Amino acid sequence: MSTTTTASPNEAKLWGGGKSPFNVEYGKLMMWYFLMSDAFTFGAFLISYGTVRFSTNGWPNSNEVFRSFPFAPEGVHAPLVFVSVMTFILIVSSVTMVLAVHAGHNMDKKGVVRNMILTIIGGIAFLSCQAWEWNHLFHEGAWWGRNPFLNADGTASSTNFTNFFFTITGFHGFHVFSGKVINIIMLIMTLRDKFEQRGHYLMIEKAGLYWHFVDLVWVFVFTIFYLL
Amino acid sequence: MSHSHNADANHEANNAAAISEIKKVTIILSVLTLIELVLGFWMMGIASESLRLAIKGVIVILMMAKAFYIVAYFMHLKHEVKNLIMTIIVPLLLFVWFIAAFLWDGGSFRNLRNSYDPYFKAQSTIKVEKKESKHGGTTHEVAPAAEKH
Repeated sequence: MSTTTTASPNEAKLWGGGKSPFNVEYGKLMMWYFLMSDAFTFGAFLISYGTVRFSTNGWPNSNEVFRSFPFAPEGVHAPLVFVSVMTFILIVSSVTMVLAVHAGHNMDKKGVVRNMILTIIGGIAFLSCQAWEWNHLFHEGAWWGRNPFLNADGTASSTNFTNFFFTITGFHGFHVFSGKVINIIMLIMTLRDKFEQRGHYLMIEKAGLYWHFVDLVWVFVFTIFYLL
Repeated sequence: MSHSHNADANHEANNAAAISEIKKVTIILSVLTLIELVLGFWMMGIASESLRLAIKGVIVILMMAKAFYIVAYFMHLKHEVKNLIMTIIVPLLLFVWFIAAFLWDGGSFRNLRNSYDPYFKAQSTIKVEKKESKHGGTTHEVAPAAEKH
């Protein structure tokens, strides 16, 4: 509403045709809209988790469930430790992705290649951690439809907890996996000088948007499942 | 960051500014995560339900702050044209209704069941004996009890 009253000549030119009023390339804009729709998918998952949790009297204590880490000595329990490692891996890989995008702005092929490799390594490390955690929980008896963990107050729990956990972290892990595949394709294209020939590294930016979105979703998944 | 109309002299300065912005945001994200973890550890030892709820509120606020920094700086949305920012942010306002309505509905369903479903109420007060030993093998003992529910 207010935009119609304050339409400056500058703004009129923006919508006058001949250029993108959003000042971004078509693919990047569509990537933003895709990510927005994906945000609603993840949002629907997490909100349904919240709804079911709010409608139940008891719920397992995440500090009891997620308390192991690889090579842990017998009987040593360290809640939150392993998942904080996973969180920092994803933050670091997001930073290297930003650096790759930045290097792309400067047409710095070497910088792009180095940071893309680091980002891919970060993605592999994250997925390995998740694979270990899933495997560990599976061997504790947790899976879709099976929940060996009692509620925090000692009452019998339903399978809602494990169903939501595996569905949502699985969906997120699948996003990490596809992001990693996209990043590997981008790395190969960079190495084959595709972007040098095009004269811009916009594809790296689009892959970067996707990768940051994966990190963004983990911020929510991590907080909601492990902390709250 | 560096728009095409900038002169070459400006380019270097923009470059340095962009790198320092990335460093700043990295530090902010790490610090926010550390605060979240400290709160998480602190919360484990707290019995008071209302204090736990307050800490959870703080954690949610920190989570939103982290989301803001990732979207604004890493995804670069803050430096885009206002029109683009609006087409992304305004639809996401739907989440305000989405979260409020559904969590409210969940809470209401719980109240209804506790009031009118004696079985549901009873189930959530019967304590299951914790047969769990430190050596695993808990699956078969506890799982049937969970399935009964």
